[in-house]
Parts: sequence; C-alpha cells; structure tokens
Amino acid sequence: MDFKSAKELLELCRQEQCLISEVMRRRECVLGETTRDIVDHRMARVLEIMRNSATQPLKSPMKSMGGLIGGEAKKLASHASKGKAICGDVLGKAMTYAVAVLEVNASMGLIVAAPTAGSAGVVPGLLLALQDCYKISDSRLIDALFHAGAVGYLAMRNATVAGAVGGCQAEIGVAAAMAASATVELMGGTPEQSMDAASTVLMNMLGLVCDPVGGLVEYPCQNRNAAGVANALIAAELALSGVQQLIPFDEMLATMYAVGRRIPIELRETALGGCAVTPSACEVCGRCS
Amino acid sequence: MSYVSVFDVLGPNMIGPSSSHTAGAAVIAFLAHKMITPPLKKVDFTLYGSFSKTYHGHGTDRALLGGMMGFGTDDIRIRNSFQIAAERGLAYSFTPCESETDVHPNTVDIRMENTSGQVMTVRGESLGGGKVRISRINGVSVDFTGDYSTVIVIQQDKPGVVAHITKVLSDSNVNIAFMRLFRESKGNTAYTIVESDGRFPEGIAEPLRNNPNVHDVMIIEP
Repeated sequence: MDFKSAKELLELCRQEQCLISEVMRRRECVLGETTRDIVDHRMARVLEIMRNSATQPLKSPMKSMGGLIGGEAKKLASHASKGKAICGDVLGKAMTYAVAVLEVNASMGLIVAAPTAGSAGVVPGLLLALQDCYKISDSRLIDALFHAGAVGYLAMRNATVAGAVGGCQAEIGVAAAMAASATVELMGGTPEQSMDAASTVLMNMLGLVCDPVGGLVEYPCQNRNAAGVANALIAAELALSGVQQLIPFDEMLATMYAVGRRIPIELRETALGGCAVTPSACEVCGRCS
Repeated sequence: MSYVSVFDVLGPNMIGPSSSHTAGAAVIAFLAHKMITPPLKKVDFTLYGSFSKTYHGHGTDRALLGGMMGFGTDDIRIRNSFQIAAERGLAYSFTPCESETDVHPNTVDIRMENTSGQVMTVRGESLGGGKVRISRINGVSVDFTGDYSTVIVIQQDKPGVVAHITKVLSDSNVNIAFMRLFRESKGNTAYTIVESDGRFPEGIAEPLRNNPNVHDVMIIEP
C-alpha cells in the first residue's frame, strides 16, 4: 500500500473505500513493518507534544533565543478573552495556538516539526482549534494527523519542504496545505475535496519567500504561521462548500517546486533579502548593512 | 529507513528552533559520541557556513554539546547543556570558521578526547529536517547517515579484512543494506562502514575485533 502522487492516493481511497488518513496509516504499518497500535501510539505522542507547545505560552510566555519574539500568544488570548477578537472562534484560537508553537520553538522548547520547525504551528494550530470548537475526540485528531502526513509526504517526495530550496511557500505553504486537507476530512469532506483544499493553499501562497530576520526562525516566521492557518481555513471552506479547483494538487505541487527553484538565493533562508534586509530588521540584528 | 515515514513529515520531535541548525546538530554530535569510548574529557567544535554565522541564535552550540552527552533531539536538557557539561567535567569550545567556504553550508568538525587520551575527529553535515551525514572520520572521507544500524570497523588496509567482516556478519545472520570501504591511501588505515536494516545482535563487536588487522569496532544504533 503505497502511493507516489495525489492521483494515486485518491485511486487508493476509491479502491479501498477508505479515507486519506486510513490509507496513510496502513501505508505506515506496511512500510514500517509494524502494527496500528504502535503507529497510533506514536502519533498520540506527537499530538501530546503539539498540544503542550500550543498551550504552554498562553500561561507562561517565553522570550526567544534571538530576542525577536515572545509573548504574542498570550496577547492574542487575552484580547480574545475580552470579547474583542474580530477573527471569530476557529481562526482566533487557531492563530493563537500557531504563534504559541513558534514561541516555544524559538525559546528552545519541545515541538514537532510539521513539516519543519519554522512551520510547526500551522497544523497543530488549526486542528486543536477545531477540536476546541467542535468537541472532536483525540482519536479523530490523530486520524487528521495521519491525513496531514500524507499531504506532507507528497510534498517531500515530489517537491521540497525546505525554505532553503523552495522558499517559505514550501514550508508554511505545505504546512497549510496539510492542515487544510486534514480539516476537510475532519469536517466530513471527501478525499477529492481534501486535495482541492491542499491545491488551493499552494495557489494562494505561491511565491512566498523565506527571509528570516537575522537568519533566525523567529520573525516573520511566527506571523506567517498565523497566515498559514488563515489560508488553510479559507481553502478548506471553499472545498467543503463544493467549490472545485481547476488545478489538481499534483500540478500545484510541481509548479510550487518550479517557482521555488526560481526564487533568487537571497530570498531562500539566507537572510540576504526581503524582510531580513529592511532597515528596521538590520538595526535590530546588527548583522546586515 | 528507506521510505518517507509519516513521522518524517510530522517529526522529528525536537527542541527548537531549527531542524537543521538545532535538531540536526544534536544528531551529528550524538553519532560522534558513539564513536569514542567514554568518559569524554574535552570536545572542540569548529563551525562552518551558516552554522558559523547563526549558531548562537539557533542554539546550535547547546544542541551539539547535548548530543555529545547523549541527549536525543527531543531531550529538554539540551537547553541547559552548558551547565550540565560543566557539572560532568566536560570541557568544550566553539570556534566559528568563516574562511573555509568550500564545505556544505551546515558543517561542523568535532574533535573529541576521552579521559584515557584517545582522540577522534568527526565531520558532520546537517542536511535539513533533522537529517544528517557523517562525511569524515579522523580526516578520512566517509559517508553514512545514522538512519540505519551502522557498524564502523577501523582497520589496516590489508587483504582479508573485509572477508573477515562479512563472514562474522553472515555467521550472525545480519542482512547488509550497504557496505563501503573508505581509506586514506593504500596500506594505511581504512574504514569499513556497514549499514543494516535491523539491529545488530548483542556482542557482535567482539568477533569483529578478533582479527589482527582490525583496530577498533564501533556500533551505532538509530
């Protein structure tokens, strides 16, 4: 049980009459020569780390190693608790969790790369927010993580998830595609609708550059995790409403990869362009100019 | 591992902030610490490329030192590795080298010395996503990742040593995934690196050492 493309994945779903999460779980059991219990147990640990990293900074904010971020999640949570949030429940919670994970990451806390450390907030952010708002069980959230893993696997296999190779679109873009696709399944959509949502995210984040201030995984990375959550939510909503996409996920992945390789080196994690070389950024990190 | 696992996508479970600069650095040092008999007395790290520029903000230094003390990528003690090393009496230094540019962007040279005076040098490259490659041992170019169970045999480059190694492995029913020989020059020290899909049986190092031309055997399990 293996697949090399979204097309093959969807065929497997039809043949086996099962969801994307289940195909990915079976694939893991077969290729890893292991059992459902073992892979589910491992994924439960992934979920536990995700939850801790998404909630811890709400109580105890942490300053980052590079000093560029810290305390953002608590600000968002307290703003929302005063009834002043304008994003609504799901997006409000999701972006709070997403920036929290980046806060933990940047202060040398424990996180799960999803698919990378710099984009680690998007998948847990959205899934945990949906759990809060729709009373979803942990076991269904674990299914959603397997689903997200299927999308990320396709990106790793057929394109890239490295900012140094493909820019931020390959990190936050893929993370958001994973989150969007898993969300569609979690909210009752079909495998086809999931792939449409993943495709939409890559389309909407196409060309995003990787330009970390001071070369550190802090700023604008944290903001972009919040943006990734919003993009995932938009794409999932479109798909769940029955809006179909012209361009399938496999084609969007290929074109994202092609665009990524054409992004100049200065805008691929080298801190030689973009946000990293703005006067304000240079003043803070004292490295450029 | 020969396939992309769902836990390669949702993983590694790691101390932040960077899979290449923090988790990968810990993995390189962890592999290196398996190559020398403990206890360690002193370790010196030379950092190249992007490592040399951003190691402080990425906690690369803490991760390297933590890996050297046997901490995994998800071990929260990495945060306090300077303090823990001091408590354990392990001396350490970090030297950024920006002059040498003809290396992989995230490269580190590690010089380890144990309390009996044995010295070992290892070069590692962090490839992204926590994946790494060991590219040099004691100045000899090698190539392995630590993803598989790995045996490293340090030997005299003489006829019959490789046959000895394969016989011991086959007698123990080990299925070899990859096997390669690296050497300084003809007749000098050579390194045989064997990678296997499954774990090596307990005590395999003993029979491997039992050959006059084998200097040392190291076993690294993922």
